[in-house]
Amino acid sequence: MHKGKGMKFVGDSRISAERKPNVPKDYSEYPGRTEAFWPNFLLKEWLVGAVFLAGFLTLTLAHPSPLEGVADPTNAAYIPLPDWYFLFLYELLKYEFASGSWTIMGILVLPGLAFGGLLLAPFLDNGPGRRPHQRPVAVAMMILGLASVIWLTYESAAHVNWEERAEANKPIPTSEVEIDTDDPGYAIYENSCLQCHGEDLQGGAAAPGLIGTEHSAEEIATIAVEGIGSMPPDQFQGTDEELQQLVDFIVSVNEQAE
Amino acid sequence: MLQKIYDWIDDRIDITPIWRDIADHEVPEHVNPAHHFSAFVYCFGGLTFFVVVIQILSGMFLTMYYVPDIENAWKSVYYLQTEVAHGQIVRGMHHWGASVVIVMLLLHTLRVFFQGAYKKPRELNWIVGVLIFFIMLGLGFTGYLLPWDNKAYFATQVGLEIAEQVPFIGMHLKTLLAGDPSIVGAQTLTRFFAIHVFFLPAALFGLMAAHFILIRRQGISGPL
Repeated sequence: MHKGKGMKFVGDSRISAERKPNVPKDYSEYPGRTEAFWPNFLLKEWLVGAVFLAGFLTLTLAHPSPLEGVADPTNAAYIPLPDWYFLFLYELLKYEFASGSWTIMGILVLPGLAFGGLLLAPFLDNGPGRRPHQRPVAVAMMILGLASVIWLTYESAAHVNWEERAEANKPIPTSEVEIDTDDPGYAIYENSCLQCHGEDLQGGAAAPGLIGTEHSAEEIATIAVEGIGSMPPDQFQGTDEELQQLVDFIVSVNEQAE
Repeated sequence: MLQKIYDWIDDRIDITPIWRDIADHEVPEHVNPAHHFSAFVYCFGGLTFFVVVIQILSGMFLTMYYVPDIENAWKSVYYLQTEVAHGQIVRGMHHWGASVVIVMLLLHTLRVFFQGAYKKPRELNWIVGVLIFFIMLGLGFTGYLLPWDNKAYFATQVGLEIAEQVPFIGMHLKTLLAGDPSIVGAQTLTRFFAIHVFFLPAALFGLMAAHFILIRRQGISGPL
């Protein structure tokens, strides 16, 4: 760079009037088969990116992102689960030494030690050797931490029936269906079914939603009287005429929803 | 023609030194999978960055439809998922990208750890990297609430209850995150949205810039 007297600038700016040549560095004297990043290596690297992107898009297309029913704070039966990469922290809190009066242990001390150790690893493992066998303590701690995280995640996830969970929490767009509360069938629904099947037939913790049901009118009538699965019999007690009104009401809501 | 445009700009703002700083750096033999296949472990960092770019782009498109209020959040996601052209794909990319970025970060961290690449003089870059990991976990936690479905709501409630149990500052921490000492509701959603879309990405960009400037200054660690 030119310094001192004789510096030339572009106009009244501080941009030097002397142009620097736009040529790549020469790597031919570097050790080994060193390559320039631009453009030599980048022309190969984008291939890795393209393969990765293809795999990623396949995953995205094969498994649409899940969405459960709209948040219902009154749903006391819902068992909360965090995203998979927080499961190990969540599972840790179930151990005796990390819950109850030892909660601080589970939420602060143990994760703090693990993540604090990770953050400060260069200062805890400050010897000169880089090879794993030259720093057995650091490597052992990392393997121990990694094994604990994998074990806790497995313990937490293995007992969950993911398919059942997804099935029970399917999203139902209730907003599209107008429930006619003046329908004579609704009064009967209110008395016999509402407690479990919900105000808008959306279902609840103990019973499925009734919108989008696959049962025919006759089957609905039979189920109301005899029950099905975990639903006990005699939920509906009334005249045949009332039963007909109830079935007509449920069928009409379903027709409207379609 | 392109050369003329370049020269015209270079004449005025002298961009050649900046461009050479960005373009000129060596790729040593031991990190180049073209020469040693096992060097693919050096790809994890770049792939993490790639997924981050996917997250930024898909997230920008998601905000075109997403409404951060408790009445409409779930409906807007449902609409995006079922009605909007390619909405399911864009949301899918953001959803799966959130998991893939954690996996890639983990692999990258393990590569650096087991190679001892964080040793002098690269201590600071390791710390910046671990901070990026924390920011990513924060992005995952705040993003989980935004669809406002049951899964989101109850997981967030658990998370906030855990925050509440931190001694001395627990209550304040929960209030800061949720907007109220006891309610998980409208305020919580807008706060998580703001944290997810503005605060954490801003921190992430700063840290990523520091990460890349440091790696460029120090060069990649040598072979074992």
